[in-house]
Amino acid sequence: MSILPLLDIELAALVVMVAFGTIAARTLFAAVVSYVAYGLLLALVWVRLFAPDVALTEAAVGSGVTGVLLITAGKRLVPLRGGLPQAKVGRGLKLAAGLVAVLATAVLSVAIALLPDPAPSLAPQAAAAAAGPGAGLGNPITAVLISYRSFDTMLEKVVLILAVTGVWSIGRSADWGSRPATLGKDASAPPMALLARLLVPLGVVIGVHVFWVGADEPGGAFQSGALLAAMWMVMMMSGLSEPPRIGGRSVRLALIAGPAVFLTVGVAGAVVADGFFAFPRSFAKPLILFVEAVMVLSITVALPLLVAGPPSREAEP
Amino acid sequence: MTTLANIVCIACISGGLFFFLAGTAGLLRFPDALSRLHALAKADNLGLGLVAIGLMFRANTLLVAMKLILIWLLVLVSGSLTAQLIAARVRRVRK
Amino acid sequence: MIASTLAGFTGAALVGLGLYGLIIEPHPLRKLLSFNLVGSGVFLVFGIVARRGASGSYAFDPVPQAMVITGIVVAFAASALAVALILRLYAETGGVSLDADASTSASPNSDASG
Repeated sequence: MSILPLLDIELAALVVMVAFGTIAARTLFAAVVSYVAYGLLLALVWVRLFAPDVALTEAAVGSGVTGVLLITAGKRLVPLRGGLPQAKVGRGLKLAAGLVAVLATAVLSVAIALLPDPAPSLAPQAAAAAAGPGAGLGNPITAVLISYRSFDTMLEKVVLILAVTGVWSIGRSADWGSRPATLGKDASAPPMALLARLLVPLGVVIGVHVFWVGADEPGGAFQSGALLAAMWMVMMMSGLSEPPRIGGRSVRLALIAGPAVFLTVGVAGAVVADGFFAFPRSFAKPLILFVEAVMVLSITVALPLLVAGPPSREAEP
Repeated sequence: MTTLANIVCIACISGGLFFFLAGTAGLLRFPDALSRLHALAKADNLGLGLVAIGLMFRANTLLVAMKLILIWLLVLVSGSLTAQLIAARVRRVRK
Repeated sequence: MIASTLAGFTGAALVGLGLYGLIIEPHPLRKLLSFNLVGSGVFLVFGIVARRGASGSYAFDPVPQAMVITGIVVAFAASALAVALILRLYAETGGVSLDADASTSASPNSDASG
């Protein structure tokens, strides 16, 4: 007679209500704040689904960094506040949209209710990968990311670089190579500077800890990268540091280091170990940690660059 | 002994919940941004502190208990500094 | 397994809510928010598939969870690209509407930039 099913029902109702609040909010700022709260509640749902790694990622990237992105964007659109698109949303469109939404929900719910009962699972293969070719990692998700599905993870890092390149390309051609605009108008408010000085050193320590511990317990490269990226964003928002020049060599090297090292190790695996993207048995865990560390560096550089946006001439000193 | 620990834990968490309830009521009902910040500060400091102390009694190791206190301190610091920033902006907008 | 089916229905509800917001909202940033709602609903459905795949010594199937983690990061990257496009559209035309006959471009608010 446990209270947990009641907690689950409450949590589900809360999540749906806050999501509804996001759609029904009157201003953009209220909608973004609702979305951040929704992300944190969703992290609790993930914990109930026995997925602490996903909960960490959702709270850090899904709600945290996305919230910063949207609020920064909303601030840059402030002069538009009175002149939102005048397209009137008629009652017919609302009805049609509601029907589409209800249809999608119904189809998805039926599919979920009809999921096969002895559920198919890749857990045995993943367990074999975790215990197996010398990986020896205690966290099965890290084992899957780096060892069982390593090619997917490397391609995902390449997608991040593509996104950064895309964001840079959206600036004007004349601005190529200069700095993105600063992240905050209150760039020198004293409480913000104090917050940066107190939080950032502690945040860096916690971020590195999350990376190191992610080999055996919940944590890992993405969560740690998101934390460290958030620390850099706090420094940029408080005026203690500026968005870097996108033409700078160190920025570009740091960005490509992650997938480049991963690809090199993977190709070398064809020569030194069992095959393409396999790790040598005796050396696997240190090599995996090294590859993950460089991945953390790339993610730490990529996420704030995505938030800072395209280069702009008026940010030149 | 564990019964006593459970009773203290439940008492602390209930106290923390009371402060969270009061803070939420303040957030929803107070007329002014500054007074709402005041209500939220109570929820952050006292509410979270009591919940953290209550959870400490159920922690398995000393390290976990210390982490809970660290979480409370981090929320204290960031909450109070953020409240300062919001209040400064409210005052600037009003002038 | 009630937690997982409940979470699955929650995911379905979120997809529906997000679709409604995506079609209704006129402001592109709020469309982006609704799109993110759809995405997180889909990830939740992944999550219940992972939970139901419990077998052997694990309480969950780690492969869908790893996919969700990469998915969340990629969804953020896509949102950042969309935001950059919207801001550039605003800088070029003074409005954020993709509608040719929306009355923003002639409104006096739009040349308040700078």
